[in-house]
Amino acid sequence: MGRKLLLEHLNKANINTMEGYLQNGGYRSVEKALKKMTPDEITEEVKKSGLRGRGGAGFATGMKWSFLDKNSGKPRYLLCNADESEPGTFKDRLLMEKIPHLLIEGMIVSSYALGCRTSYIYIRGEYMFILRILEKAIAEAYAKGFLGENILGSGYSLDLHVHPGAGAYICGEETALIESLEGKRGNPRIKPPFPAIAGLWGCPTIVNNVESIAAVVPIINDGGDEYAKIGIGKSTGTKLISASGNINKPGVYEIEMGISVEEFIYSDEYCGGIKNNLELKACVPGGSSVPILPKHLLLKMSDGNPRLMTYESLSEGGFATGSMLGSGGFIVYDEKACIVRNTWNFARFYHHESCGQCSPCREGTGWMERVLHNIEYGHGKMEDIDLLWDIQRKIEGNTICPLGDAAAWPVAAAIRHFRHEFEYHVKYPNRVFDEDHVYQPEMKMQKV
Amino acid sequence: MTEVQKIEFSPEAMLEVSRIVSHYPQDKMKSALLPVLHIAQNEFGGWLSAETMDYVARLLHIHPIEVYEVATFYSMYNTKPVGKILIEVCQTGPCCLNGAEKIVSYIEKKLNIKVGETTKDNMFTLKTVECLGACGYAPMFQIGETFYEHLTEEKVDQILENLKQEKLKAINN
Repeated sequence: MGRKLLLEHLNKANINTMEGYLQNGGYRSVEKALKKMTPDEITEEVKKSGLRGRGGAGFATGMKWSFLDKNSGKPRYLLCNADESEPGTFKDRLLMEKIPHLLIEGMIVSSYALGCRTSYIYIRGEYMFILRILEKAIAEAYAKGFLGENILGSGYSLDLHVHPGAGAYICGEETALIESLEGKRGNPRIKPPFPAIAGLWGCPTIVNNVESIAAVVPIINDGGDEYAKIGIGKSTGTKLISASGNINKPGVYEIEMGISVEEFIYSDEYCGGIKNNLELKACVPGGSSVPILPKHLLLKMSDGNPRLMTYESLSEGGFATGSMLGSGGFIVYDEKACIVRNTWNFARFYHHESCGQCSPCREGTGWMERVLHNIEYGHGKMEDIDLLWDIQRKIEGNTICPLGDAAAWPVAAAIRHFRHEFEYHVKYPNRVFDEDHVYQPEMKMQKV
Repeated sequence: MTEVQKIEFSPEAMLEVSRIVSHYPQDKMKSALLPVLHIAQNEFGGWLSAETMDYVARLLHIHPIEVYEVATFYSMYNTKPVGKILIEVCQTGPCCLNGAEKIVSYIEKKLNIKVGETTKDNMFTLKTVECLGACGYAPMFQIGETFYEHLTEEKVDQILENLKQEKLKAINN
């Protein structure tokens, strides 16, 4: 069993209440941080821990904090990104739903480190039931003196509010999130200036993912060095993985970074193997936007060694043979899954979620969706496959925010590794599916 | 018989609006727009009419266009009327690997409507939506603030029947 830092007390009685949380050692880090540490010392511990942003980009959290403009004379804001909407990702939901006080504790310590007087948790609107859980927990924290004026007599004061979105994937992008919190459409901003200089209402702002902020709690309790002992290389600590798709045990797992992908898929402690005794075909290891990998590239790196659940190992080989850890949205496909259908599904998602600001993304995502729809439904032409490749290449890198890249990568990877399935769809338009719309693997074996 | 609904928040809703507005600096009232639109949608029949949006604009001291552009951007705001029970089925990748498409066609057949339509009795509207963050518990749909997960046809029957009875009871009272 690996060490658990975030979900250790998941199944304890009443862990969702202040009482239950305190009984299991909750809010110790607030006591320690506010009474014994300076803000800079906290940032230093976070730097030492090697914690990297858990929302998907993997940027060093301590480093991000150090960019915050502390001399502007303006208020500073910490925004927690709880917009969790990358397909395949549902880890933050579990954390907030079951252990809401862990996020609140992390918010207090992090806000103190950054010198914020008011902080917000931006939560996706569909999670309204979790917003209510968080608001109840926040009220408990105010009542206990962990929030509000002069917290625990330290002289530090903080207000914490939850702000709902209303159904827009793009608001997970930090500048779109800020726009949305300002009561506007979620159109990402051109950077620079970065939010650390001019963010919410033009003030210096840090945006961190739920899991990153929660991880600050064990980092302060046990020290950054202790946290950094877990994991391999620049992938330190534990990571929440949301496992879904054709597996026996879907759910959220906290892993020590560095276990092998094979162990994660087949061990009974985690995914428990592929459902219905089928074969593993492919996997999207880090949320819908990261490249899909076929089994042979997923389980082994180019040097023949096992691929590990770390930032570095999952991206080994670049996009030619690797992928990314991303948000840890681990989607597993069995041998019957249709890669073309899945790619079309994701393309539709990105088309729907494009904010429409940049033409390569606004138009390109729609073209990709329509071309993929044609191929999937038996109206494709061979040259459509190259056309798709061409479109995705022209979206990538040509947009204000990373949604363009996120839309392009899954299409590129599907063609790169599963071109034969696209060709098969074009060649045998009437033979691809059985009545349940399930791809027939034996057909793949026929000569295309 | 159509009753013209007066667009004005109930005292409870008004209290909630003031609580939300207090979360932001005094000169940043516009920040309350998204949460206030959620309240408005709940209060005024599950959708946002032009009158409702104008009312919200007056309340937050912003131009109506600032409300319209937001209401049309976010997928949770309905700018057209919907049935009393709005069924939102997740249709994104991981849910599809676990039978989301079958659930959609089952509901279509059961209610005799297509995605995007409302039943004649104005009870149900069926919508498909993108990833709701329940990938490990697929297939699923959301109704109101509740996630219904690990759906089967039997479960769908039961859930929809229960909700319908609840609504009818509420109307009769």
